[in-house]
Amino acid sequence: MIPPTTQPRWLTPRLATNPRPIRQILTAEDWIMRSLLILGVLWLLVGVVFPLWPMIVRSLQDPQGYWVGLANYRTYLSNAALTTSLGNSFYVAIGTTLISVLLAFIYAYGLTRTAMRGKPVFQILAMLPLYIPPLAHAIGLIYLFGNQGIVTTVFFGQLPGWDINLYGANGIILGETLYCFPQALVILTTALSLTDARLYEAAQALRTSPVRTFFTVTLPSIKYGILSAIFVCFTLAFTDFGVPKVVGGNFNVLATDIYKQVIGQQNFAMGATVSVFLLIPTVIAFICDRIVQRRQSALVSARSVPLQPTAKPWLDSLLFSFCTIISLSFMIIFLTIIAASLIKVWPYNFTPSLRHFNFKTTGGGGYGAYWNSVRLSLYTAIFGTILVFISAYLVEKGKGLKWLRSLSYFLSTLPLALPGLVLGLAYVFFFNKPTWNFLLLTVPNPFNFLYGTMTLLVICNIIHFYTVCFLTANTALKQLDQEFEAVSASMSVPFYKTFWRVTVPLCLPTILGIGMYYFVNAMVTVSAIIFLYPANLPLASVAIVNMDDAGDIAAAAAMSTLIVVTSLAVRVLYWLVTRPLEKRTQAWLKRA
Amino acid sequence: MDKPYLEIENISKVFGKFVALYDIFLEVYPGEFVCLLGPSGCGKTTLLRIIAGLEKQTTGRVIQAGRDVSRLPPSKRDFGIVFQSYALFPNLTASQNIAYGLQNTRTPQAVIKTRVEELLQMVGLTGMGHKYPAQLSGGQQQRVALARALALSPGLLLLDEPLSALDAKVRASLRGEITQLQKRLGVTTVMVTHDQTEALAMADRIVVMDQGHIVQVGSPREIYQQPLTPFVADFIGVMNTLPGVVLAESGGGTDRSLGLIKCGLQTIAADLDGLPANSFVSVAIRPEDIQVWGLGTQPETALNNLLATTVYGVEFLGTGYRLSLQLQAHPEQMLIADLSANDARQWEIGLGRSLTIQLPPHLLRIFPAQLSGVGSRPTPSRPATPKVIDPS
Repeated sequence: MIPPTTQPRWLTPRLATNPRPIRQILTAEDWIMRSLLILGVLWLLVGVVFPLWPMIVRSLQDPQGYWVGLANYRTYLSNAALTTSLGNSFYVAIGTTLISVLLAFIYAYGLTRTAMRGKPVFQILAMLPLYIPPLAHAIGLIYLFGNQGIVTTVFFGQLPGWDINLYGANGIILGETLYCFPQALVILTTALSLTDARLYEAAQALRTSPVRTFFTVTLPSIKYGILSAIFVCFTLAFTDFGVPKVVGGNFNVLATDIYKQVIGQQNFAMGATVSVFLLIPTVIAFICDRIVQRRQSALVSARSVPLQPTAKPWLDSLLFSFCTIISLSFMIIFLTIIAASLIKVWPYNFTPSLRHFNFKTTGGGGYGAYWNSVRLSLYTAIFGTILVFISAYLVEKGKGLKWLRSLSYFLSTLPLALPGLVLGLAYVFFFNKPTWNFLLLTVPNPFNFLYGTMTLLVICNIIHFYTVCFLTANTALKQLDQEFEAVSASMSVPFYKTFWRVTVPLCLPTILGIGMYYFVNAMVTVSAIIFLYPANLPLASVAIVNMDDAGDIAAAAAMSTLIVVTSLAVRVLYWLVTRPLEKRTQAWLKRA
Repeated sequence: MDKPYLEIENISKVFGKFVALYDIFLEVYPGEFVCLLGPSGCGKTTLLRIIAGLEKQTTGRVIQAGRDVSRLPPSKRDFGIVFQSYALFPNLTASQNIAYGLQNTRTPQAVIKTRVEELLQMVGLTGMGHKYPAQLSGGQQQRVALARALALSPGLLLLDEPLSALDAKVRASLRGEITQLQKRLGVTTVMVTHDQTEALAMADRIVVMDQGHIVQVGSPREIYQQPLTPFVADFIGVMNTLPGVVLAESGGGTDRSLGLIKCGLQTIAADLDGLPANSFVSVAIRPEDIQVWGLGTQPETALNNLLATTVYGVEFLGTGYRLSLQLQAHPEQMLIADLSANDARQWEIGLGRSLTIQLPPHLLRIFPAQLSGVGSRPTPSRPATPKVIDPS
């Protein structure tokens, strides 16, 4: 057949003279859909885009608010102490990325491509760090490798110790690796499991050596996954604030600089300037990642045959040992945090005690802060999930206003490019300003009332973790039959009824998963809310920073334990709820 | 039966620079079963979606039951639809799926219940209502989808490749069931398919489409026996073609009334249908229309269009054989001929054997030759007055 692209010219003029396409009458249902879409875009504009503007403007002003152009940037770049931080940030980010992607790759290879035993356990243990705030990791590291740490002093001077010089680059890289490893692992496990067994059978039939097969089949098929993991880890390590804050010592990075400029010196203009320096590499990594992701999607065909790994004794036991070492280290750090919170005086008195959980004598807000955090996380989970899922639905399944849906999709992916600190600082600039000046006009800021409220913290959290949740919802919705909406329309059933009766039940496991993701992240995050929380609303994760600042490291460990236990409890609850649900949904979605 | 139920007027659809449909005109009569048939990418599904309002046409009108529905969204039109994927709601039982549209119409529960039972019975799924789609076989799912599409008693039933996801046996039996049901209910139906046997078996009228154009409209018999273009001839069934030049407008054949076509070294007599001398043509014949003689049974030489061939390939089809025959005068030219198993036994068909074949003049179709790659595309125009098939 002739490809349909070759069109005789003589046919087109008729159509060209009538370029106005037929428009369908808009029904009430269409108006509901359109209004919701517009609201969704407005929400993202206010939540993501608008706040960035005053921050960038602020970086061009002096501390008094006068326009100074690029002076702040010049000051920054001429200040040796500050530029060192930029180099330091790159150093730890690149170091972390290399180590965590390499480790995660080997671990993921073990999980997906070998026949080693204990895979489900390794899978679960590898995800443990996700439920621990990065700050708590750092505290765990202090107990292990710090000046009084077990390893440093090797059981308190009985043996020659091993001092890894925790405070500084080493500690940061170690802590960030713990933080990045699970993220890289998720990406790489997915990439490694999306493969076609037939490629390996073909390689085998052609008598290709295992090494050559690895380099010609395995690596090419996951190169996008590896690139994606690299970008994600780089961004996380480059922008994280918790770990360098606790174990950084005198080793300054951009994230701690912003904190010092804003909280320490109240120099918001310089804080904004440093934020821009933090933002640029992140945005570049984000753009690269989006490009890579787009290519990845075209790679796997629906007809691929899943690979069943065969037993290779030496490889299996090698990877088994590797995975054991890695997951054991996670366990050790996890148990160290808990142990530290339950011991009277580290390292002098090892009697078990709950006195660190008292919080009466320490700063940070104690149980009030803890319950605030639980409330904040709950609100974030509930409202965030509803918002994300509805807007993902409108983007994926809505009809009409295609440009608006594309815009909404784009805006939904943007938060991934925004480091938490930058987002938080931008929110301060945007929401704290009582009035806006447009040319000569001064109008009151309609969002100002939100400043210093729980609501704003919830919004900030929702936006901060928006992209991952949005993409998860989007993927789940894409897997549903494209024609559900068309069939409903043919029966004159409005879209919201089908949404409620069909889409939501089918996506329930995903929806709960998003809720859990929001809850856990809102529980452990520090960066986005540290500039934003009002004094009357102390939060648990921020309390860890403050306790650590005040030297109450045992109390910080106790607060970390509370957070970890809560997050894990929610995870277990999620598992209990979704396991039967998952079974039912799988039965529904299975093709007979 | 004189007024069409569905009128497609001057419909075209442009996606960016790609023109999917060119000025389509089509009329579908009440109670008729019309198949849109064509290769993938010919625009048939786009046309169906435009009829449903799921896609917006660039120009033209859709008139259903005398009402211009061009600007109405799908929810305001009157049709039921079955998709290739069925799009059954997996979390609802068969009954709930069928009742889905009814529940939105403020019908009392009891009435809905009776109606659902009635529909289940109609598609032969009595007692299966409580099952989820995943618990049903492909054919049963298809029936549920059909019952759901018919639940609101729509004036128009649209079927988008409804059988292509099923295996061959189920497909064949459902083919008959759907047409019977359609005739019993008398619902006007438009079905999209790329499967010509399906179209031939089910439709009252077939609309053959190619690259955004309607190429031919007619009853299955007309489409098969009198294809208007080589494309239709080739798409519906198998067609042999021989290139040739018209030698003379008359003087061929035993009674000298046929025209003569020169195909290489051979001269073939055929009804030229007004094609002038010296025009380039394709001589086309169906495999089953080729007469085959073994060597032992030489035909009378007085017959027209006898060709000497060599058996090049033999394919066993179960009910008979399909032969690839090489013309002895033109070894590069192959013809495909179908032979019953019986005949094949009689003549001991084997590779390399010589066979004499005849191309009966009245079974030949002569098409003007296609000069360039623009190919089989005809001038877009209103199709010749569509013929109404009287179901009686």
